[in-house]
Amino acid sequence: MSIDVVLCVPSCDGPVRKAFDVTGVTPAIAASARLNEIAALEPTDGFSGAVINAAALPFSEAMSLCRQLRQRERGVGPIILLLDHYQLDDLTFREDLFDDFVVGPYDVSELATRLRHRLRRAGNESVAPRIEHAELSMNLETYQASIAGRVMDLTYMEYELLRFLATNPNRVFTRATLLSRVWGYEYYGGARTVDVHVRRLRAKLGEEYAHLIQTVRSVGYKFGTSSEFLDQRAGE
Amino acid sequence: MTSMQSQAQYVLRTVEERGVRFVQLWFTDVLGRHKAFHVTPAELEDALDQGMTFDGSAIDGFSRTTESDLLARPDLSTFQLLPWYAKGAGVARVFCDIVNIDGTVFDGCPRQQLRRVLDGARAQGYNFFVAPEIEYFYFDDLDPTATPVPIDHGSYFDLLPDDTGSQLRRQTVLTLEEMGIGVEHAQHEDAPGQHEIDLRYTDALTMADTVMTLRYVVKELARQSGVSASFMPKPLVGVQGSGMHTHVSLWRDEKNAFIGERTYGLSDLANKFIAGLVRHAPEITAVTNQWVNSYKRLVPGVEAPVGAEWARYDAAALVRIPSVKPGRMDSTRVEYRSPDAAANPYLAFAVILAAGLRGVMGNYDLPKEGKRVAPLPQSLGDALKLMEKSTLLEETLGSHLVEWFLRNKRAEWDGYRAQVTAFELERYLPLL
Repeated sequence: MSIDVVLCVPSCDGPVRKAFDVTGVTPAIAASARLNEIAALEPTDGFSGAVINAAALPFSEAMSLCRQLRQRERGVGPIILLLDHYQLDDLTFREDLFDDFVVGPYDVSELATRLRHRLRRAGNESVAPRIEHAELSMNLETYQASIAGRVMDLTYMEYELLRFLATNPNRVFTRATLLSRVWGYEYYGGARTVDVHVRRLRAKLGEEYAHLIQTVRSVGYKFGTSSEFLDQRAGE
Repeated sequence: MTSMQSQAQYVLRTVEERGVRFVQLWFTDVLGRHKAFHVTPAELEDALDQGMTFDGSAIDGFSRTTESDLLARPDLSTFQLLPWYAKGAGVARVFCDIVNIDGTVFDGCPRQQLRRVLDGARAQGYNFFVAPEIEYFYFDDLDPTATPVPIDHGSYFDLLPDDTGSQLRRQTVLTLEEMGIGVEHAQHEDAPGQHEIDLRYTDALTMADTVMTLRYVVKELARQSGVSASFMPKPLVGVQGSGMHTHVSLWRDEKNAFIGERTYGLSDLANKFIAGLVRHAPEITAVTNQWVNSYKRLVPGVEAPVGAEWARYDAAALVRIPSVKPGRMDSTRVEYRSPDAAANPYLAFAVILAAGLRGVMGNYDLPKEGKRVAPLPQSLGDALKLMEKSTLLEETLGSHLVEWFLRNKRAEWDGYRAQVTAFELERYLPLL
C-alpha cells in the first residue's frame, strides 16, 4: 500500500503536524489556497484527503477552496476543516463542502482519530442529495439546477417549484395544490401565479426542454420526460 | 426556517456557487427612473438582513423636509442573475422596497404604492393581471442636439434581411426569456427603427418589475451593439410614437371576472371597469403620460388615443376590447392604450387599476361604444391641472407623492413653455 498523502492548507505545524505523525500520513503543504499550487503538490495517485485550516485563512477563501476541490474532476478524498469556535455558525448550509471538522484548540488525539476515521471511510464518499431526471439535474445542497449541463439562473420560487415538480415526476398537481405546497403563503395573483412561474421556468429551460413541465388541461401541471409528453400529445 | 430565511439562504448560496461579484439592488424613483446600489457579496448578507441606508434627498421624489435617511430593503423573491455577464464574474439584481428607518412604508416608493393598491383590490377579492406591449426605437446614437437617426427603414411586420435591429430584438427576447420573462411576441413596428415587445401577463407588481427590467435589458443590449435604444414617447416628427398599450383583467376566485354574457363576451364587472377607465382617464393621464413629450404622441391621425372613449376595434380608441380566440375565453381582457413606455410602470398600473375599480365600486354606467366622454389632456400643463383636482389620485397615490409629482412636473412644464421652438422660428421669423 502506498503512503497516504494528505493535502494541508495553509500550514501543518503544532498539534496538526503531530496528528499527521501519529496517523502515519504525509502532509503536502500548500501555503496558499491557489489551485495551481495545490496541483503541483499532487502525487501521481492523488491526494488521500485534505485538511483545510479555515481559522488560518480568510473564511470565504477556505470555503471557496473546498468548493473548488469538490468540483475538481479528480477528487481529493475527504475534506476535514479546522475551525475557530466562532466560525461554526458559518457552516450552516455549507455542510456539503466538507466531510468533517475539528474546532480549535486542537487535540492531537482527536484530530488523529478523525483523520484516520475519514481516510478509512474514503471510497464510499457521501454524495450531495440530487434530483436527476432526464436532462435535469438539481443539487439540493447548493441550490443549483442545470439542464443538459447548462446551469439555470432561477429565482427562489422558480427553484422551489421545479424542485417540487421534479421530486414527484409524472404526478399531476392542481394549481391550488402547487400554490399551497410550494408557496405556502398568499401571493399576488392567486393560482395564476403558478401559470406565470411555469412559463418562466419553461422559458429558462429553453425551447428544447420546456416540455419537461407539461400542462394537463383543466387540471394543472406535471413533470415528465419528453417521450411521455409526445404520447400525451398524440392522445390529445 | 421561515420563508424569508430560506430565500436569504438561497440567495447567499447562489451568489457563492455562481461566483457573483456584485449584486445590484434596484429601485425606482417617482418618475420611473432606474436606480441601483452595487454591493459586493461580503456586504450582501448585511444588506439582506438590514437593508441599505441611503440619503433619500438625492433621489427624485424621495426628499422630505424632516428626515432624509431611507432604507432600501431587498425583495428576495426577485433575485436574478443578469445573463450577459461572464461566468465567474457574475452580476445579479434584486428589487428593493424603500422604507423609513423605522421600517414603516415610505410613501414615496412607487413599488409600495402599487402594492397598496393591489392589496386594496385583493381585500375585495380581486387579483389584477397586466400584459403591456412595449414600443421603442433603435437609433444610431442619442445625441440630444441632432434629430435621431433610426438604424433601419423597415415598417410594420416587415421581414427584413437580418438587420441589426431585428438581430438585437431577437437577442433581447432571448435574454428576457433567459431571465424568466415571458414574451408573447415581438415585431418590427410601423416606424423606421421602431420595435415592439409584447409581454405575457403576470400580476401587476411582477409586471412593473418586468417593465423596469425590460427597459434596462433593451438599452444595455443596444449599447453592447454600438447603437442606442429609446423609450421616448415621440422621438420623430411625422411617424407614430412609442406607447405601452396595457392589457388588463381582474380575476376573482381563480376565474377571469371579465368574462360574461354582455356585449363582446364581457361581464357586468368588466363594463363597470371600462366605465371607470373612461371616466377617470383624463385625470390619470398625468401619470400614464408624464412627460412634455408624451403629449406629442397623443395627437390625431397616428392611431393614438386623444379622447376618453371605448370601442371594440377602433385603433384610436382609448379603451379597446380585443377579440378572444374561441376556446381561449380566459384571455378576455381590456386594452388601455394611452400609456407610454416612459411612464413609471408601478404608478401607471396603480392608477389604471384604481380608475377601473372606481367604476366597479361606484356602479358606473358604461357609455355608448365610440362616444367620446371627454378629451384627453393635450399637454402636460392640461394634465397637471386635472391631476391637481383629482381625489382619485390623491387617494390612490397619497398626498406626499402627488404633491411632489405636481411640483416637479410644473417645473418641467414651465421650463418647456419658456422655450422658442424650431416650429416657431421656421414659421414666424420670415413672416412676422
